[in-house]
Amino acid sequence: MKILVCIKQVPDMESKFKVDAGGTWYAKTDLAWRMNEYDEYAVEQAVQLKEQVKDADLTVLCIGSEKVKETMKKALAMGCDRGAHIADEEADKKEPFQIAGIIAEYAKEKNFDLIFTGMQSQDRGSGQVGILVAEMLGMPGITTVVHFAYKDGVIEAKRELEGGVKACVKVAAPAVITCQLGLNTPRYPTLPNIMKAKKKELLSVPAADLLKVESRQDTAKMYFPEKKGGGLVLEGDPAALVDQLIKILKEKTAVLG
Amino acid sequence: MKVLLIAESREGKLLNSCYELMAFAEKMAAETAMFLVGSDSALPQYGGKLYLADVSAAGEYNPDGHKQLILDVVAKEQPDMVVFSHSSYGWDLAPRVAFALQAAQISEVVDVAGSTMVVPVCNAKLRRDVAPKTAKTVVTLQAGAFGLAEVPSAAPVVEKLTSQSGGKIEFTGYEQAESGGVDLGKAKIIVSAGRGIGKPENVAMIADLAKALGGEYGASRPVVDSEWVEHNRQVGTTGQTVAPKLYVACGISGAIQHLAGMKKSEFIVAVNTDKDAPIGDVADVLVVADLKQFVPALTAKIQAL
Ligand SMILES: Cc1cc2nc3c(=O)[nH]c(=O)nc-3n(C[C@H](O)[C@H](O)[C@H](O)COP(=O)(O)OP(=O)(O)OC[C@H]3O[C@@H](n4cnc5c(N)ncnc54)[C@H](O)[C@@H]3O)c2cc1C
Repeated sequence: MKILVCIKQVPDMESKFKVDAGGTWYAKTDLAWRMNEYDEYAVEQAVQLKEQVKDADLTVLCIGSEKVKETMKKALAMGCDRGAHIADEEADKKEPFQIAGIIAEYAKEKNFDLIFTGMQSQDRGSGQVGILVAEMLGMPGITTVVHFAYKDGVIEAKRELEGGVKACVKVAAPAVITCQLGLNTPRYPTLPNIMKAKKKELLSVPAADLLKVESRQDTAKMYFPEKKGGGLVLEGDPAALVDQLIKILKEKTAVLG
Repeated sequence: MKVLLIAESREGKLLNSCYELMAFAEKMAAETAMFLVGSDSALPQYGGKLYLADVSAAGEYNPDGHKQLILDVVAKEQPDMVVFSHSSYGWDLAPRVAFALQAAQISEVVDVAGSTMVVPVCNAKLRRDVAPKTAKTVVTLQAGAFGLAEVPSAAPVVEKLTSQSGGKIEFTGYEQAESGGVDLGKAKIIVSAGRGIGKPENVAMIADLAKALGGEYGASRPVVDSEWVEHNRQVGTTGQTVAPKLYVACGISGAIQHLAGMKKSEFIVAVNTDKDAPIGDVADVLVVADLKQFVPALTAKIQAL
């Protein structure tokens, strides 16, 4: 069985963001980077599937600068067999259709039985790439998956809907699965596996070789939203903050009396 | 400007989000047509033309089939834009339709200015103005961003669609969320734990504050996904929707899916180390502090009152 898992490196969302000089994306300096949260579930599910079927080859793909290799190494340490790094300094300027185009171009004729992606990225959050890859490759795609089981070429999955209701679906491989939070419990790479990962294949291909589609949208501007709330911000010594908050709760609500 | 609005039904019921799509169309001053896989007995109040595919034939979840039905309507109506809700139905179907139409898709639109769409980035910390470059566009709208249109007391002009069965994905049924246990909807005070609590042992700290205030404790999704707290205490789109007198969000960043479940609370207090956390947008009071110090100190003071 051949499995592909597509991941993205994103900044920690607790970072202090700045808009870059071009004005259309955030500045990439002074940020802590990590694997997109949704993709951690995708990697874990791919590794679990590989462990289940035993005879499988699992490729992790990531588009981005040299720096994304750090995140790819985590995926290799979690259990992926090889890395396909699509080298692109301008990956953040590409819209989902182009990203999907690159992945589909890479995957076509490689006969993957399963392709896993996160349901969306934490930064751009478009939630399109997985399904676009499926459409481009003519494979069925299932989104927002919180339960996945595979047996004899058939996938049984549960899609998460609003209110916690789930839709149960069945599909034959090959298929694309986009993973939602909570699908499984992503493992922490162990030290021996981190060491082993260093020796695994991690080849780079220039994105230009795989990019065959035009962009369909432009970012005109990136900016900070206007602060709506006008809520009170309390800062300072925690003990003093406690007293301030209690005073406010007494004045503004009836919960303390 | 003409837009095709994609309404939704679930388990036989029409979803209210169709009135959000109508509000968007009003804001765009666009001519509209609507599409629904549903039934005669649950039609939207809508004065325009409704293309209706019967759910008994089309199925509630059949992306290949629904895509084809929408493409047929697009061929007839020639809309400039196809509009979905950014929901589990919409974000699943929209890219399929966009791909077939060779159209740009812009996801989770929160505002419009002419042909420019505004979308959130990085957990709503930033925003982007996006301009499509294709003649047709597909958009998904963030839940609640455009409000509800005033519901017209009109009946649609229905044109029935016939659907082919089949498709690669077989839908075998729904599984309901677990019920029982605590009913957060009844609680007057809720104190919720977010990922910022750091470890499962700290749930007790949140539960203690809730108890001191005479309320219940809830949680954000990562805390539930990690199985530190049971699912019936999860607040948000895929959990409970609550509106207590007081909601205290501890170590919760304020993702849209969490806000959707609690923003109607009467008074909101957030405790967060990040002054820029989006929870600040809905909080009446944002306490910038480490919850591990602040929460126990607050609990002790309240117990002593
Ligand atoms: C389709 C879909 C449905 C979803 N449904 C839901 C849902 O129903 N409910 C839900 O909650 N989420 C839901 N989510 C997930 C949501 O997008 C966010 O990922 C989630 O709400 C984040 O939870 P959090 O705020 O606890 O964690 P994070 O976003 O990681 O935030 C943690 C916060 O804690 C703060 N913090 C860290 N340490 C401390 C400290 N010591 N003291 C104080 N503050 C600290 C940080 O500054 C940060 O703001 C859904 C997502 C999707 C895609």
